[in-house]
Amino acid sequence: MARSSSSKDAQDLFRALWSAYAATPTNLKIIDLYVIYALFTALIQVVYMALVGSFPFNSFLSGVLSCVGTAVLAVCLRIQVNKENKEFKDLAPERAFADFVLCNLVLHLVIMNFLG
Amino acid sequence: MRKADPILSFDPEANTTQSSLFSLGSRNDFHFHRYKPLCETATRKRTHSLRSSIWPSMAASDAHNGASSIRNAFGNVLAFFILLLIGILAFSIRLFSVIKYESVIHEFDPYFNYRVTQFLTKNGIYDFWNWFDDRTWYPLGRVIGGTVYPGLTLTAGTLWWILNSLNIPLSVETVCVFTAPIFSAFASWATYLLTKEVKGAGAGLTAAVLLAMVPSYISRSVAGSYDNEAVAIFALIFTFYLYIKTLNTGSLFYATLNSIAYFYMVCSWGGYTFIINLIPMHVLLCIITGRYSSRLYIAYAPLVILGTLLASLVPVVGFNAVMTSEHFASFLVFVVIHVVALVYYIKGILSPKMFKVAVTLVVSVGLAVCCAMVAVLVALVASSPTKGWSGRSLSLLDPTYASKYIPIIASVSEHQPPTWPSYFMDINVLAFLVPAGIIACFSPLSDASSFVVLYIVTSVYFSGVMVRLMLVLAPAACILSGIALSQAFDVFTRSIKLQLPSLSASSHIDAAEASSESVVSSDSSKTDKSEDTSKERVSKKSKKKEKEPVEKPLSKSQIKRRLLVLPLETSIIAIILLVLLAAFYVVHSVWAAAEAYSAPSIVLTSHSHDGLHVFDDFREAYAWLSHNTEIDDKVASWWDYGYQTTAMANRTVIVDNNTWNNTHIATVGTAMSSPEKAAWEIFHSLDVKYVLVVFGGLVGYPSDDINKFLWMVRIGGGVFPHIKEPDYLRDGQYRIDSMATPTMLNCLMYKLSYYRFVETDGKAFDRVRRTEIGKKYFKLTHFEEVFTTHHWMVRIYKLKPPKNRIRGKVKKSKSKASSKTTSKRKGLKRNPF
Repeated sequence: MARSSSSKDAQDLFRALWSAYAATPTNLKIIDLYVIYALFTALIQVVYMALVGSFPFNSFLSGVLSCVGTAVLAVCLRIQVNKENKEFKDLAPERAFADFVLCNLVLHLVIMNFLG
Repeated sequence: MRKADPILSFDPEANTTQSSLFSLGSRNDFHFHRYKPLCETATRKRTHSLRSSIWPSMAASDAHNGASSIRNAFGNVLAFFILLLIGILAFSIRLFSVIKYESVIHEFDPYFNYRVTQFLTKNGIYDFWNWFDDRTWYPLGRVIGGTVYPGLTLTAGTLWWILNSLNIPLSVETVCVFTAPIFSAFASWATYLLTKEVKGAGAGLTAAVLLAMVPSYISRSVAGSYDNEAVAIFALIFTFYLYIKTLNTGSLFYATLNSIAYFYMVCSWGGYTFIINLIPMHVLLCIITGRYSSRLYIAYAPLVILGTLLASLVPVVGFNAVMTSEHFASFLVFVVIHVVALVYYIKGILSPKMFKVAVTLVVSVGLAVCCAMVAVLVALVASSPTKGWSGRSLSLLDPTYASKYIPIIASVSEHQPPTWPSYFMDINVLAFLVPAGIIACFSPLSDASSFVVLYIVTSVYFSGVMVRLMLVLAPAACILSGIALSQAFDVFTRSIKLQLPSLSASSHIDAAEASSESVVSSDSSKTDKSEDTSKERVSKKSKKKEKEPVEKPLSKSQIKRRLLVLPLETSIIAIILLVLLAAFYVVHSVWAAAEAYSAPSIVLTSHSHDGLHVFDDFREAYAWLSHNTEIDDKVASWWDYGYQTTAMANRTVIVDNNTWNNTHIATVGTAMSSPEKAAWEIFHSLDVKYVLVVFGGLVGYPSDDINKFLWMVRIGGGVFPHIKEPDYLRDGQYRIDSMATPTMLNCLMYKLSYYRFVETDGKAFDRVRRTEIGKKYFKLTHFEEVFTTHHWMVRIYKLKPPKNRIRGKVKKSKSKASSKTTSKRKGLKRNPF
């Protein structure tokens, strides 16, 4: 009985989550897609590493960290441009995007340097 | 009401809040001045310009009041000049060593850094990265480019290059000597910025001036002390500042700068692990105490990714940035903060009821996943040798670790735990102000002030483990003392200010009321007198609300004000006492800078009744070496003098202060503690031509080789078990007089130190050990004295060449039993050469 109720709860939960998420603006959804894509790429690399081995360790590291870093930065951008986030009311989305680009630039310069 | 409300608490330009609060106060004051007698107006204006100087970035939010904006601008300029003066103070207080001695590099490690910088400026950056140094650790050599923290060298090299391209022809040595004072000025500016983020600009200025002359930091950054810490403390404070700044603003721009500052710190000093553990600890603290915010995420998550990548770019760190346990805490917290962020996000979009369901569901699933992950992590850590921790870090966590397992770490005096007087010597009155600062940080507790509290707590622990980490404690102590001092001054000056008008003229009390109202109203809301300096982020709306009732409930606020104000006499006395305390600190710091910490330790001085004596024996000896020996000759000495020998005499050494190879050092230690013949064999096998010992018995120089000798025995015995410490001790006592053990009296170090010593005064009285030596007349069989400096502080011996035919026993065992049997007399009679 407990199992059935919990599974029903879970269904309710997912429905509620989905309906709540459907209300988010499109630009945030795009960022979410970007984050998921980056994480998926990182996952592929980890799986590849597990299968083949981590020999050029700096390459593996820079590959994975590039993906994770991109995802993290995108999450930061999403936090900043989210209209519902009262903390960042004063921050213009353009400014947030400029910061995001700068941070990405630094990240990928480092990665190119580290890639070896 | 003052609990940090996530919605209200954020304000990217938090200063505007205070500034408008203040401009309000000052504007009212301005009207008030007009009715006051002229002299009073003048004094008031001064206090107010000081006030506004304390908030330099006051935005001129009240456009309709020109006077206050002018005053704000004046405050900015004043704060700027104060900072400039603080920088000059920080620079010039460190010049005592140059004035009293000369412009030289100090001590041991700075000589190595100086040599590396010379190489860098001569050969360029690429040769520097690939530099294999064959002048040290003979016959092993050392890869300098991959084993050195390059931050300091690159900084000084860049400075030198800039100056040269500006046609300012300074020598590399001059640039190296003055790098540390320059960076201490930067460090005090960084302290100002950090403290300003925590508790406002008044505390910032106080903390900056305290840091400019804190003795603990002076000891590491006097002119000539060209060591990693000189730039690393600046990098440390600046990284913390940028972290706090990111935390307060939530800007990715500062997050980027933060990771770059962290990169500079990793380049500069091994102490960067302190940052990468302290910041995760703070993040965890924030999460646990329910202070998570998206600003926290922005401050932390990019720092971990970028910081890890940047740290792996530094050759000496490399893959350690992801492989060793020192960094695991940051990754763990990185995972935790993502989970927490997701939870907060879901909580935001779901209704409370559904969220409860989600929690029960996730907790059951999540626990299993967490257990699996922890198991994997533990397995990973346990599989690595030494559990992934390096020796120095382990000795931090377990203070007894080093003395138990690694004599080479324990033998360094700066790795010993400090004594209580050293706290008083190094941070002086700050030690008493710190608790007050901690209390001030708790009212009100913000993210930034909790960080500072965490910083002081951890650094107090670390400084208790290793005396050299007192250096990490010093900035924290300065910040908290600055906060405490400025808060105290704030309270006292305000109570004086509120009472003066009522004394002078009761008719103006209304105006006085209005002038104090803005301060008092926010005061009462907090039941603490420290509101305006704090980074309390009152939103503009609530501030406006406070503005309106200012005029109406006069009588009520008057009562409130009376409650919060200290008696006039008390405040005046307290201010005088505080000033006295600060004056004591200044006197002590200047004394420490001038007397205690400015000695370069390669040039020694002593005052006696017939004037000043200068002992320049070290440079004399090194100059002798460089002029009288072949370029390829190898010089053996205890490792303390390795860096100086390579840098000043330009000769190859066997071991140096880098101490990366314990066995090699143990070999030299064994040679020093063996009898002459066995020592000669060891040295000969290492191609050694000259042996250098430092001897202070004639002039009373206490840190000579005889006093370090027990460490040579311990380190040697750790690798070669035939060297036993008890053989050198008589009843557990280390002595060199007639009661000393025969092993001690026959070992090489004893002989090289005291050879011909009896000829100096006829009695062979050792002034360091305050005793007559045990064995006065002996000759050397396998070594010959080639040079002894003026005050006998450095003695250089040459190995006699091997004889052509080997007479007697061929078997040269290392057993000390045989050495005992060959009595000294016999050895004198039959000279094997």
